[in-house]
Amino acid sequence: MSGFVDIVFNVNNLAATIRMATPIALAAMGGAFSERSGVVNIGIEGMMLTGAFCGVLGSHLTGNAWLGVLFAIVGGGLVGALLAVFAIRLKADHVVTGVGINILASGATTWLMQVIWKRKGASDLVAGLGTWSVPGLCDVPVLGTILGTHSPLVYISFVLIFLGWVLMFKTPLGLRIRMTGEHPEAADTVGINVHAIQYFCVILSGCLAGLGGAYLSLAQLNWFSKDMSAGRGYMALAACIFGGWNPLGGLGASFLFSFTDAIQMRMQTAQISLAVEIIQMIPYILTILILASAVVRSRPPAALGKHYESGHANK
Amino acid sequence: MDISGDASNKLSKKNAEWFARPGFARFVYSAAAVVLALLIGAVLIGVSGYSVKEAYYNLFMGAFGGVYSLATTIVMATPLLFTGLAVAFAFQCGLFNVGAEGQLYVGALASAVVPLALEGLPPVLRVIIALLAGAGAGAAFGFLPGYLKAKIGAHEVITTIMLNYIATLLTTFLVKTYFRDPGPVDQTVLLPLGSRLPEIIPGTRVSLGIVIGILAVALLNYVIRRTVLGYEIQAVGQNPHAAEYGGVNVRARMVQAMMISGAVAGLAGSVEAMGTLYRFIPYFSPGYGFTGMAIAVIAGESLWAVIPAAILFGALQSGGQSMQLFAGIPMELMTMVQGLVILFVAAPGMAEMIFRRKSCGKEGGGRA
Repeated sequence: MSGFVDIVFNVNNLAATIRMATPIALAAMGGAFSERSGVVNIGIEGMMLTGAFCGVLGSHLTGNAWLGVLFAIVGGGLVGALLAVFAIRLKADHVVTGVGINILASGATTWLMQVIWKRKGASDLVAGLGTWSVPGLCDVPVLGTILGTHSPLVYISFVLIFLGWVLMFKTPLGLRIRMTGEHPEAADTVGINVHAIQYFCVILSGCLAGLGGAYLSLAQLNWFSKDMSAGRGYMALAACIFGGWNPLGGLGASFLFSFTDAIQMRMQTAQISLAVEIIQMIPYILTILILASAVVRSRPPAALGKHYESGHANK
Repeated sequence: MDISGDASNKLSKKNAEWFARPGFARFVYSAAAVVLALLIGAVLIGVSGYSVKEAYYNLFMGAFGGVYSLATTIVMATPLLFTGLAVAFAFQCGLFNVGAEGQLYVGALASAVVPLALEGLPPVLRVIIALLAGAGAGAAFGFLPGYLKAKIGAHEVITTIMLNYIATLLTTFLVKTYFRDPGPVDQTVLLPLGSRLPEIIPGTRVSLGIVIGILAVALLNYVIRRTVLGYEIQAVGQNPHAAEYGGVNVRARMVQAMMISGAVAGLAGSVEAMGTLYRFIPYFSPGYGFTGMAIAVIAGESLWAVIPAAILFGALQSGGQSMQLFAGIPMELMTMVQGLVILFVAAPGMAEMIFRRKSCGKEGGGRA
């Protein structure tokens, strides 16, 4: 039993939690922006995968991991634009489009990986991002272990997520975004360009998911492997909902989910086979419970998934 | 309670109109989408320095060129027929069952385990009970999202995505803990001959599963077109508020539709476990449930259309394999083609643009 306590309450777990939560929290914020503007984004998984691939491709082509990150953001944003065109301009069902994008991204990245690197399964190694040690902080006993040394993307992501929260809840643009998702007719009436807001949000969500993908391929590893997002995009969607369509809430949910993941991984390395799968299930069960609970009812934006045509509102 | 839900989980009105278009126009459009996707694929093959002719020759021959190829196509299409039907049936009720993948896993495990406990029974009975167990397990996993949707309005797309993970993890856990075949690999015991689905074309791996699948399409088509239950499910799918006003028990129909959908997806797992793998292997599915969504989107309103759509995707799969084997072209290209087909078919705006142009031409010529 004491072994079990060691496994759960362990400083290294918290550091691992932060590492694993970062990409999910970024993508969850992307999901929050997209859905707050009224566009369901199941395609986050594919955007993340594309980001992971483009990051490695950029690093491979330029030899610079930071340019790789830029590639990832652009790549994710392009997939976001693809979803936006289909969901907004062509009025395709958002969920169907997202599913199509995920299948497309899985096929396209694996195909390109094999064409470029002539290898099955994984790409060549490329320049990765390495880690930063925060001067001063990394020497503090417990806190230093938890927060002191991480990939630079971890720190950047925390700042971005805070800025995202400010943008969504403290700026006029954020108000417009939320209004678009709640009541597009009303937003249109007061002069908000509904489609422009939606394009902005969906592309932004692609960029954020792409950045999350770059974290997977350039910060945690320094190569791309087939389907390496491995469902983290869906988990991000869960975190987005769990966190009440709020970037900070999404961050909290990502921490919670990743903590269970950290415990599970520690159990595996400690050779405790005690139902690893059951622990892995926890985030998904929690998400269903949150959705099912009438008390902690988190409510999606009212016009989520609807198509809006300016000037065709019921008069 | 908001029974119509958050709209995102329902096909939008535009889509509904599109899905209701006459079958022929839809067939032509779907075929055009497939051709367009294959054309884009051809460009990618060419740009990557492969021979397009060699690639598509092998694709075609691998899918349809000869008995063995045809058999492989049918084997690949069999689970897809079920998952496609499952998703298409839920569509009829306006529900999007993203959970076919998870339902398939629980169905497969049930069908791989239950017959082991029935050694004494005659094979026919064993097989039937095993199939029912698979359907039942799938229905149970369909019940939960249906119930949460009907009672609380929880987004069934999200709950089913979560349940997919729960189902794959749960089945893996159960296999490791209770049903593990002694040996190096996590899998269940090989099913004895009498608990398997028989081959219907000797020497190939085409099992009775494909026949059961076609019967399932016929049965559900009958339910939808000829029974009160089916009529009410469609009414809920088209307009839940109107249906409720008309006296339909909307919540009950949603739950039933999801359970039927789950049962069919569970059977997809059953036929794989009993007709192809002869056991349950954790993580065996290459995404049959997700491909099923693509098939349902292409099939649209008509459940019968699930059959050709499933065969098409089976053909892309078996053709893709021989393309990889004989032309050295990664078969992920076919995954891309599938993704493109979904996008093209899903976009009614695109279809409208094309059809508007077409119908303008026709009207210009004076239509009688």
